[in-house]
Amino acid sequence: MADFDFNVIWSSLPFLWQGLQLSLWLTFLSIIGGIVLGTLLALARLSGILPLSLIAATYVNLIRSVPLILVIFWFFFLVPLAIGRPIGSFYSALIAFVLFEAAYYSEIMRAGIQSVKQGQVHAGQSTGLNYWQIQRYVVLPQAFRNMIPILVTQGIILFQDTSLVFVVSLRDFMTASSIVARTEGRLVEMYLFAAVVYFVICFSGSMLVRSLKSRMST
Amino acid sequence: MISIENISKWYSDFRVLTDCTTSVKKGEVVVVCGPSGSGKSTLIKCVNGLEPVQEGRITVDGDEVTAKHANLTALRSRIGMVFQHFELYPHMSVLENLCLAQEKVLGRSRSEAVARAEKLLARVGMADHVKKYPSQLSGGQQQRIAIARSLAMDPIAMLFDEPTSALDPEMIKEVLDVMVELAQEGMTMMVVTHEMGFARKVADRVIFMDEGAIIEDRPTTEFFDNPVSERAKDFLSKILNH
Repeated sequence: MADFDFNVIWSSLPFLWQGLQLSLWLTFLSIIGGIVLGTLLALARLSGILPLSLIAATYVNLIRSVPLILVIFWFFFLVPLAIGRPIGSFYSALIAFVLFEAAYYSEIMRAGIQSVKQGQVHAGQSTGLNYWQIQRYVVLPQAFRNMIPILVTQGIILFQDTSLVFVVSLRDFMTASSIVARTEGRLVEMYLFAAVVYFVICFSGSMLVRSLKSRMST
Repeated sequence: MISIENISKWYSDFRVLTDCTTSVKKGEVVVVCGPSGSGKSTLIKCVNGLEPVQEGRITVDGDEVTAKHANLTALRSRIGMVFQHFELYPHMSVLENLCLAQEKVLGRSRSEAVARAEKLLARVGMADHVKKYPSQLSGGQQQRIAIARSLAMDPIAMLFDEPTSALDPEMIKEVLDVMVELAQEGMTMMVVTHEMGFARKVADRVIFMDEGAIIEDRPTTEFFDNPVSERAKDFLSKILNH
């Protein structure tokens, strides 16, 4: 232990904080985008309109069958080709995460929508609300509430997955830690510190899930 | 007001309604009864198009519910419906439950909707519970609010699908009292229920169903005093003699 120098953390804190901000920002935007797109996919899948549900199902199954890192690569290389100009690592990563996470969120929202009783839909219909109004005011708020613990859990996984953006040379928290570790020659200290930070954030998230669950069951 | 002509319905191969024909005139109260699984709930849900039918024709106030391109949302906004399990929106307060469709469907202003809601809540004896959530209320209270929610749309007719079947016995009366009052005010009502006391008191006609078919459709006193079919006699003896 005498050889450890944890001062390196203190001196590189601003640099690490920048990395953490990128990780959190990317996580936050991907969760929002993923839930919005995932909800639309879930609605399409449950719409009862065959082409729509087929497209949504194919999309979800396709995305869920490939590793995330591949999707990140795809969009890094494909999007500039498709639109003819580079869009930057951050946006290509964000698009990749949103499109990837949407597949998972759509399955969660699908379960959530199905957890709302048919009688609720009937109640909405019987007062003359149309399909979108019923989804917007009756079904989705309940579906969302029922699924909050799982949505948060998925968010925690997503936060961990953001460490993959090093492949498109984005400087997230993990990458920043690596850079400091290598340039300062303090591998053990930095990787321990990174592990502690990930643990604290993710464990807090898990505790939040637990308290949400117990509050919902009462 | 409501006309049901030769309705048949299948769930894949299983026939749930067989050639049902009846009607409900303006201001009339019709009770639909029969053993469980007889198709009475299905029949009433066909009236506002919650359940599609494969054969036959239903019209409400001249508009055809069973037409291919019927404007069901417009039609439904004019027919109130009360469900066995109340189906209040659990994530909304009592007031929001009553205001939602008033604002979104009828386009009433917030203040109009609130005024109408408060008036109806007072009428069903729930004025003190405006801010509560459904989970804080008893079954009887929830059902009275569900009735108020339907009335808030100023419906031309009301459908009741076993409104007291999910209630504890001591709460049945408070809901039936509201329904009796409604009937006496001249509301057109179609009521699926086992409450034969209610039927005797306010129904103009009783429809008896069994195995998806209408077996009897007669004025209330005739039905109770002099049922024609064996099945109706059997049914009445089972639910009245205990």
